[in-house]
Amino acid sequence: MTETVLKVNNLSASYRKNTVLHDVNFQINQGTLTGIVGPNGAGKSTLIKTLLQLHPTLTGTVDFFGLPFKAAQQVIGYVPQRGSVDWDFPTNALDVVLMGLYGRIGWLKLPNRSHKQMAMEKLEKMGMAAYADRQISQLSGGQQQRVFLARALVQDADFYFMDEPLAGVDAATERAIMAILKELKEQGKTVMVVHHDLQTVADYYDHVLFLNKTVVAHGDTTSIFTKENIARTYGGNMRWTLKEEESHVVHSQ
Amino acid sequence: MTYTVWIVLTAVLVGLSCSLIGVFLILRKMAMMADAISHTVLLGIVVAFLITKEISGPHMLIGAIIAGLVTALLVQWLHQFDIEQHASIGIVFTTLFAIGVILIATSVGNAHLDVQHALMGEITFIPWDTITLPFVGKVPVATAMLSLVLVIVIVSIIAFYKEWKITSFDPALAASLGIPVVFMHYLFMSLVSITTVASFDAVGAIMVVAMLITPAASAYLWTDKLSIMLLLSALFGVTSAIVGYYVAAWLDTSISASMAFATGIFFLISFLGSPKHGLISKYNRIAS
Repeated sequence: MTETVLKVNNLSASYRKNTVLHDVNFQINQGTLTGIVGPNGAGKSTLIKTLLQLHPTLTGTVDFFGLPFKAAQQVIGYVPQRGSVDWDFPTNALDVVLMGLYGRIGWLKLPNRSHKQMAMEKLEKMGMAAYADRQISQLSGGQQQRVFLARALVQDADFYFMDEPLAGVDAATERAIMAILKELKEQGKTVMVVHHDLQTVADYYDHVLFLNKTVVAHGDTTSIFTKENIARTYGGNMRWTLKEEESHVVHSQ
Repeated sequence: MTYTVWIVLTAVLVGLSCSLIGVFLILRKMAMMADAISHTVLLGIVVAFLITKEISGPHMLIGAIIAGLVTALLVQWLHQFDIEQHASIGIVFTTLFAIGVILIATSVGNAHLDVQHALMGEITFIPWDTITLPFVGKVPVATAMLSLVLVIVIVSIIAFYKEWKITSFDPALAASLGIPVVFMHYLFMSLVSITTVASFDAVGAIMVVAMLITPAASAYLWTDKLSIMLLLSALFGVTSAIVGYYVAAWLDTSISASMAFATGIFFLISFLGSPKHGLISKYNRIAS
């Protein structure tokens, strides 16, 4: 029997006076890999931030593993958008990965050798060991995203939220990241990913959540990822994407 | 000790504490906030004086912390109503500073507080206003206060080193890890406030901004490592203070202005000559 690890009830949130999310209801089962898709301004990032209490909740409840967020915080990992940080910050790749352990290291202590060892292992896993000492502004977009992924892995969380981890990365990095996500899923971890490329949704995710200010559709990719649901989520102006989607299907067969 | 030694020591203490705090002002992109707090602490000092009728030591520090926190809170509050961050900083600090100026002119009268002094500082008068401390003996009040603030600043930076780092680099991740980002923000604002108020007597509200921002901005150009950036910033701050003093003595001009000018010269040298981010090395890289 699969266990429900996230229950969202009647969630709503706003930026200033504009409501960006309303009546959001869904449940996530353990070991699923869910792609969150929707048009620009649909509230995808806001949804993640609201779930993680980085953005104020107007109404509704969120349960992780049957607990409120604060009680489950230690087993939840978050990968913010790459563009949300200043890559000119004076630090190197290894240091950024170590930050994933800061919550666990505790007050008044600095990372020790075993922490560095753990961070180094994760960098290696992402194919970034050679860049450990590299100043982060000197990494390519794909390499920066790999560092962010390594930082998430070192947290060893049970539930990961990732905000557009594939945005602006090279093909090799995209494959590496997807391989890691599949591996996390096989380990029984749950992952939710904000995704922007409709053409790859069916290949990458076993579950899909269509979002446009509220949940339009959510469930198994095979039954839910349909043209009708895409049209309902994106509205009328998505004809070209649908066409591309069809041509993509033709190509791959 | 001679007056010169006290003045140089005071200047060095200003340079040290300001340049260390300044590193995080730059990395948190809050340079403008330093400008704001350096002015609003005046209101804090005046109000503290009106309540306690004393103008030294802990009263001033507490008044400054409250003024700094009120400034940060008001800026945040205005920002919520769709007013742009820098506009809200501009509105809040000028208003609070104006209240301070009005209070000085009307209520404080002939006490040792005047607007000229608050803006420009007067480091040459510092050796005359002394207190007697246990073990140390007679020490200028401003020097004693700066030493205390420097200790607080260094201890806070070392004790919360990784928290400063992560909340400056990636506050969203920090919050998701359970690190109290908001508390760290206001703690930092308190540190800026006490540093500013302690430096007030020596260099005044305007020049303190130069000491806070410029050494750190120069250090940023030389290194890619936070710990080295802190050390370099401190070095630039101290050297500017010493060079500033002797230039002022030589030209017989304002010490605080010379110190601020020295920080500007350090920045110019860094901006042109730094091997990593300097203009000359950039030009050479394009040419080659």
